Amino acid sequence: MRDGMIESDVLVVGGGLVGLSLGIGLAQGGLDVVVVDREAPASQTLPAFDGRVSAIAHASRQALQALGIWRHLEAAEPILDIRVTDGTSPLFVHYDHREVGAEPFGHMVENRHLRLALQGAVNETPGLRLLAPAAVTVLERRPAAVHARLADGRTVRAALVVGAEGRNSPTREAAGIRTTTWSYGQAGIVCTVGHERPHQGVAQERFLPAGPFAILPMTGSRSSLVWTEREDLAAALLALPEAEFLAELGRRFGDYLGKLEVEGPRWSYPLSFLHAERYIDHRLALAGDAAHGIHPISGQGLNLGLRDVATLVEILVGQARLGLDLGDPLALAAYERWRRVDTFVLGAITDGLNRLFSNDIAPVRLVRDLGLGIVEQLPPLKRVFMRHARGDMGDLPGLLRGEPV
Amino acid sequence: MSAAAAPSVDPAEVERFARMAEAWWDPLGQFRPLHVLNPVRLGYIREQAIARFGLDPKARRVLDGLSLLDIGCGGGLVAEPLARLGAEVTGIDAAERNIAIARAHAAESGVAVQYRAASAEALAAEGRQFDIVLALEIVEHVADLGAFMDAACALVKPGGLIVLATLNRTPKAFALAIVGAEWVLRWLPRGTHDWRKFVRPSELARELRRSGMALSEVRGVTYSPLADRWSLSGDTAVNYMLAATKPAG
Ligand SMILES: Cc1cc2nc3c(=O)[nH]c(=O)nc-3n(C[C@H](O)[C@H](O)[C@H](O)COP(=O)(O)OP(=O)(O)OC[C@H]3O[C@@H](n4cnc5c(N)ncnc54)[C@H](O)[C@@H]3O)c2cc1C
Repeated sequence: MRDGMIESDVLVVGGGLVGLSLGIGLAQGGLDVVVVDREAPASQTLPAFDGRVSAIAHASRQALQALGIWRHLEAAEPILDIRVTDGTSPLFVHYDHREVGAEPFGHMVENRHLRLALQGAVNETPGLRLLAPAAVTVLERRPAAVHARLADGRTVRAALVVGAEGRNSPTREAAGIRTTTWSYGQAGIVCTVGHERPHQGVAQERFLPAGPFAILPMTGSRSSLVWTEREDLAAALLALPEAEFLAELGRRFGDYLGKLEVEGPRWSYPLSFLHAERYIDHRLALAGDAAHGIHPISGQGLNLGLRDVATLVEILVGQARLGLDLGDPLALAAYERWRRVDTFVLGAITDGLNRLFSNDIAPVRLVRDLGLGIVEQLPPLKRVFMRHARGDMGDLPGLLRGEPV
Repeated sequence: MSAAAAPSVDPAEVERFARMAEAWWDPLGQFRPLHVLNPVRLGYIREQAIARFGLDPKARRVLDGLSLLDIGCGGGLVAEPLARLGAEVTGIDAAERNIAIARAHAAESGVAVQYRAASAEALAAEGRQFDIVLALEIVEHVADLGAFMDAACALVKPGGLIVLATLNRTPKAFALAIVGAEWVLRWLPRGTHDWRKFVRPSELARELRRSGMALSEVRGVTYSPLADRWSLSGDTAVNYMLAATKPAG
């Protein structure tokens, strides 16, 4: 196929967690899809590539099941309880999944496992072509179609291009879509901790003075940590010898699960907020972190991306079934309208939570204690928070209700 | 404009639409209301065709192998999508200019549609027949409803399907389609519609029966301003769509 023209309906640039899920969903709806990623698939599933474990909300799991991705997953640990505590304060909020239904809040899934599952699903999806490693060198959005030239000389033609390259999306930048961004001056230290006693499916979110400290249940007697620290401190912590790192960790983790040990490498991710001023342009849509990067405080970044996926699949497959243009500005406007409000609200909530909790000023602490206590006292409000944690708020596209494409 | 000689074509109406035709294909322009209406119309046609011909709803080219005539095709807003679904589409319009626009657009988007400046009567006189005949937003503009319906029904193959979309002659239709859409919202230029020419479902049903067609369904089409979307409903007081079939052989 050198020098050949690849004809397709949709070109997805960026084959990460969001881009590949989108490619699979669109292809299942009968569209011809090309996904381009700069990294080779085999390198993306090496143990050192991504150490994160994602909280997959209930609605996102339904989507992954409907897309045939979930059954390729090696392991997933249910989250049965969420406990939110404020530092050393005795007040805490306790979310028990039985208050909103029989299903767990979500599942903890290792990103590496999710990438493997995605690749498994890609291999059994006709109509989807993954070109990786590959790079788009020229992207022209013409009146009637998109033309992309790849570094290896091939050309891809599509009715629509989706930018899913994560936060630094070149597709977004080339389209001149501006972003609102700020850095939290914080980094998220991520590592896996083995413990003596079982976690019993409890996720802990602790608001420590430096920022949130999350203990998330993994399979076996293991938990994944997302430990927020000031950027300079995080770098220093990451460089500590094993025993001292474990001691620092233990001071924050506590001893409720017995003896701890750090398993595997430690990672550090800079934390920032990013929101694109538009999610669409002429024959272009943004999805996942390319459109919105939020603080991982509530573990919702990927969930938002999967909601973009479900919405785009519903709208674009609907267009194709009616023979309508996939780049139709009215269809793209519907996507943006459907997604923007949800994303912005969640972005604002998590940003606000982080600001409120990342300090140790006495009056703020008091408000926080009262605030958390009040949430605990008001069942309806709590149910709203819990539903959001499960990801099933509002008007849902079919995939998020578990309906196949 | 030779086609204007046919009895059902009102020359004043044809002129009015030709003036508006240039902006036809801009979904955000003057014709936005038509583009917003399009998905519900296409969905209804698709659904009726699937039911009538026992088609596979999962197939991308669901209408593969079926011949389809779009009477009053305008700029091709309905003809092109249906051709993408696999139908062999012929689009006719009494206005030469609309046909020129429709042809130019099909060439740009690479969709195969046969366009012709002709009237339904002219095609019927040639003895042409199609699996599916569409007359969308047209009966409320013709000068002689009986003559038009005779021609439209003659164009349907035995066993075939006809789909119509139009406006009901009710006070509510006057309030919404004329006062609302033309005067207040300015969705359509003033004078686009003449309420007296609106057609009741019962009148269309009578015309269809006269031509030996069997009415299969009448559905209302209603607009939801909050969602900016049209959907099928039980309320036929303003916009409605209707499907009928010709008995086989
Ligand atoms: C510490 C931390 C913890 C988190 N925990 C959670 C959690 O528990 N739950 C949750 O829902 N979310 C979580 N998130 C957020 C989540 O990880 C992201 O939202 C998610 O990875 C976004 O996926 P994406 O596919 O949009 O982008 P990415 O994962 O960034 O993928 C982008 C892809 O595009 C490719 N690419 C980049 N540039 C190009 C290019 N120029 N050409 C071609 N390809 C390119 C890359 O190779 C990559 O494959 C967390 C984030 C952090 C930092």
